[in-house]
Amino acid sequence: MFRYSFIIFMAIANLALAETAPSEPFGLGRPVSPGEIATWDIDVRPDGRGLPAGMGSVQQGAQTYAQKCAFCHGENGVEGPFDVLVGRLPNDAFPFAREPGTVKTIGNYWPYATTVFDYINRAMPFNAPGSLTADEVYALVAYLLHQNDIVPADTVLSAGNLAGITMPASHRFVPDDRRGGSEVR
Amino acid sequence: MSDKTLPGATSRREFLAGLTAAGGMIASGQAEALTPTPVLDPTRVQGAATSAVGARSPHEALTRLQPPAYKGSISLTPLEGLHGTVTPADLHFERHHGGVPQIDPAQHELLIHGMVDKPLKFSLSELKRFPSVTRTCFIECSGNLYTRATEKSTPQMLCGLTSQSEWTGVALSTLLREVGVKPGASWFLAEGSDAAVLARSIPLAKAWDDALVVYAQNGEAIRPEQGYPMRLLLPGWEGNTNVKWLRRLELSDAPFMTREETSKYTDPLKDDTARLFSVVMDARSVITSPTFPQVLEKGWQEIRGLAWSGRGRIEKVEVSVDGGKKWQTANLQGPVLAKAHTRFTLPWKWDGQPAEISSRATDETGYVQPTMRQLIDVRGPGSQPYHLNSIMSWIVQGDGQVLYSAEPWI
Repeated sequence: MFRYSFIIFMAIANLALAETAPSEPFGLGRPVSPGEIATWDIDVRPDGRGLPAGMGSVQQGAQTYAQKCAFCHGENGVEGPFDVLVGRLPNDAFPFAREPGTVKTIGNYWPYATTVFDYINRAMPFNAPGSLTADEVYALVAYLLHQNDIVPADTVLSAGNLAGITMPASHRFVPDDRRGGSEVR
Repeated sequence: MSDKTLPGATSRREFLAGLTAAGGMIASGQAEALTPTPVLDPTRVQGAATSAVGARSPHEALTRLQPPAYKGSISLTPLEGLHGTVTPADLHFERHHGGVPQIDPAQHELLIHGMVDKPLKFSLSELKRFPSVTRTCFIECSGNLYTRATEKSTPQMLCGLTSQSEWTGVALSTLLREVGVKPGASWFLAEGSDAAVLARSIPLAKAWDDALVVYAQNGEAIRPEQGYPMRLLLPGWEGNTNVKWLRRLELSDAPFMTREETSKYTDPLKDDTARLFSVVMDARSVITSPTFPQVLEKGWQEIRGLAWSGRGRIEKVEVSVDGGKKWQTANLQGPVLAKAHTRFTLPWKWDGQPAEISSRATDETGYVQPTMRQLIDVRGPGSQPYHLNSIMSWIVQGDGQVLYSAEPWI
């Protein structure tokens, strides 16, 4: 009788251990306030979440581009020497795999306008990353989208309208279908 | 080594002088001041004293290759100079998008927030208090094949954007249990603390599977070029997703669609679409010997190389010495680890006749490393520059000179 009681007791004890050990927090880490999170939380998502206050026009963007971007990307965004930013293909074709050497630009390849904001804001200009104001970034996005014939010349971008812009290549992207196994994809 | 070595030992200064006399690397005025030391019988003199930090033999001169065209953003591992499967940390390949940041580990913190119950910041010392996990695996840049190769290309130049380390850190799942994941979370953003503030969206399933936040590499702190003081490690996934200098993880119900994962690390297909989040590295192999610039002598050689797969273990490596007509199964040096470089070898007696040597890896899913022609037929000739894992071949000429079989891409 004692033996059975002991076994049952141990079984219950083990169950309790199994339940508590993995769910017990280690109690490490420091709680952070929303304000502290906000200083690092710079990402901007396709639905517009994360876009900051501010606004910028195509005209303002042209000025900022000439001052801070043109020496890497060319006077009109097509000359280089670094990434070509401007260019559409006839009928918005997407022949990159069929025609080697087709240059990818914001206008012919980037699927989301919000990505342009996010990237310029986090990493540009190359010689002074993170130095642009929200207004400057909105203006640069407006200018680059206008150069790519995606928005008209009188466009003013802000959190209210940037995420609503549909990019020419937005429907071109598909999930990865490689799965291992015998088929080469 | 200081000049206060034991009597008879060669000092560093004298050793360098010997090298200088041979190589003429220092201006003549300086060289004259230092007298070359004759090579001594090492059994007749006492050797050097202990040292605080060891260094390679001065006879060994492996270096990373830094192609000038990439302006300091890419360096490649000298695969053909290495043995076994672990890459010395100072020869691990580099691909930076904003240079190597200088980070004070005492100031660095990792923030986990978004769709969590309790957002937290972890210091490096707190991360080290969690249960630790050690895992040996490769990290490979998905752009790892130089497609403008010539017959004088080396494995380092062609395929040196892969390296292997023993990594130590904490399971990301452990950290996620600490913050508590809210229902509906399905992705997370991983962000670095470099000038690019490089960011990638990762499916949350990878965090529960085998993702780590690592702080050590081959037994010591991660090197600055590999993400000091902490990086994300996603075994088997393309290098770019293994975010270095990790400072922030944000849980979300959808991917963030960063520049890297949309405009860069995507793969155009010939049906006028492009693959998104093509993150797993498919199986491949690369011969490390014999390769250019080796010149073979007749007789026994050991054909050597590395094979790996981001989907699991290498099942088999086959080697051909006749341009792919016949294949022999190579030896795999154990232990064969999942998502890890695996060393293969095959003894081969070269008879002095021209030969073409190729290797072909098969992983545990049954995936067989394709030819370049297969990849082009399936994806299209412009589907570059990522995930090009085709079979590579080396020509052995009648005079013993080994050359890369520089099959043009297209």
